[in-house]
Amino acid sequence: MINYIWFGMIALSVVCAAVNGRLPELSSAVMDGAGSAVELSITLLGSMCAWLGFLKIAERGGLTRLLAMGFSPIIDRLFPDYREDQELKGKICMNLSANLLGLGNAATPLGLSAMEAMAKKAGGAMPSRGMILFVVINTASLQLLPVNMAAMRASCGSAEPFGVLPEIWLTSLGALVTAVTACKILEGRSGGLSGWSR
Amino acid sequence: MEQIGAAALPVIVGVILLFGFFRGVDVFDAFVTGAKDGIKTTLSLLPTLIGLIVAVNMVRASGLLEAVCGLCAPLIEGLGVSPEVLPLALLRPVSGSGSSAYTLSLLKQFGPDRETGKIASVLASSTETTFYAVTVYFGAVGCKKLRYTLPAALAGDCMAVVLSVVTVRFFAQI
Repeated sequence: MINYIWFGMIALSVVCAAVNGRLPELSSAVMDGAGSAVELSITLLGSMCAWLGFLKIAERGGLTRLLAMGFSPIIDRLFPDYREDQELKGKICMNLSANLLGLGNAATPLGLSAMEAMAKKAGGAMPSRGMILFVVINTASLQLLPVNMAAMRASCGSAEPFGVLPEIWLTSLGALVTAVTACKILEGRSGGLSGWSR
Repeated sequence: MEQIGAAALPVIVGVILLFGFFRGVDVFDAFVTGAKDGIKTTLSLLPTLIGLIVAVNMVRASGLLEAVCGLCAPLIEGLGVSPEVLPLALLRPVSGSGSSAYTLSLLKQFGPDRETGKIASVLASSTETTFYAVTVYFGAVGCKKLRYTLPAALAGDCMAVVLSVVTVRFFAQI
């Protein structure tokens, strides 16, 4: 799938740029893109190491297991395959909490660490249903306090930076529920693949 | 409220550290062990990131995004929403920094407390950068097949577009 999307994005861009006469801009976009990917991963490297370090402390101290037990009612329902695996459930909980608190640069490292643990369980290149649901939840964005947006609104002279909070909560919750429901429906349809689900 | 947001991170780190320390964990050793894993994960992610960001940059620089927006514009205008919101809806799943910049320009142009500004604010903070998350998460563990990931994630994104307009209009009336 990524194969086709990536090919489509680049092929269509080249055609489009040729038609619009934007080929020079396109060539600088390629180099700038590669450069900014390296910059991004250097920024990411710092937060990745720091958060995986804190995660390890939380795991060794038993905090993640505590978190997993607390969130069990929700997590077990969403991820029935990992019911027995407290450590993995702890990682999932850490990522979900980071998302809820709006700590974007903590959510990615914690999420990747959960993905690695799930991939180890699944084995092979085929993602399990748990991995798919986990990624889908991470593509939605349910957060309690969208501070970045509030700061952006304030900088544009908004009289009430947090004025759209109920709208954001309802919209992001609706989007999350829709995505999870879609996931569960599609998961049922490819039920014949249950051997790969674990 | 800004203070609560700023305090979240130090409080969490503090709780993690205190909890570990008093349960007898060698906290520094644990930190270093965990951090070491971060290097490997980040490095293995770099090729994926380069591929993704180059492609997204190309789409934006070539004018492909504007072309797609032009095609979809009549659709959104039919709903009475100002057509400037549309590029945001299309950009949001693809590029985080791009959609932030575009949201900022919408807020400046229409005013953050007017309908278009509110819709932009709600839409931009109600979804994540879907393609980035999908590529990075699956790229990191070497999954090539996505199965039904994208349809499910995009269903959520579409719902966010619809709900951002609906909720802003609903709360404006009460």
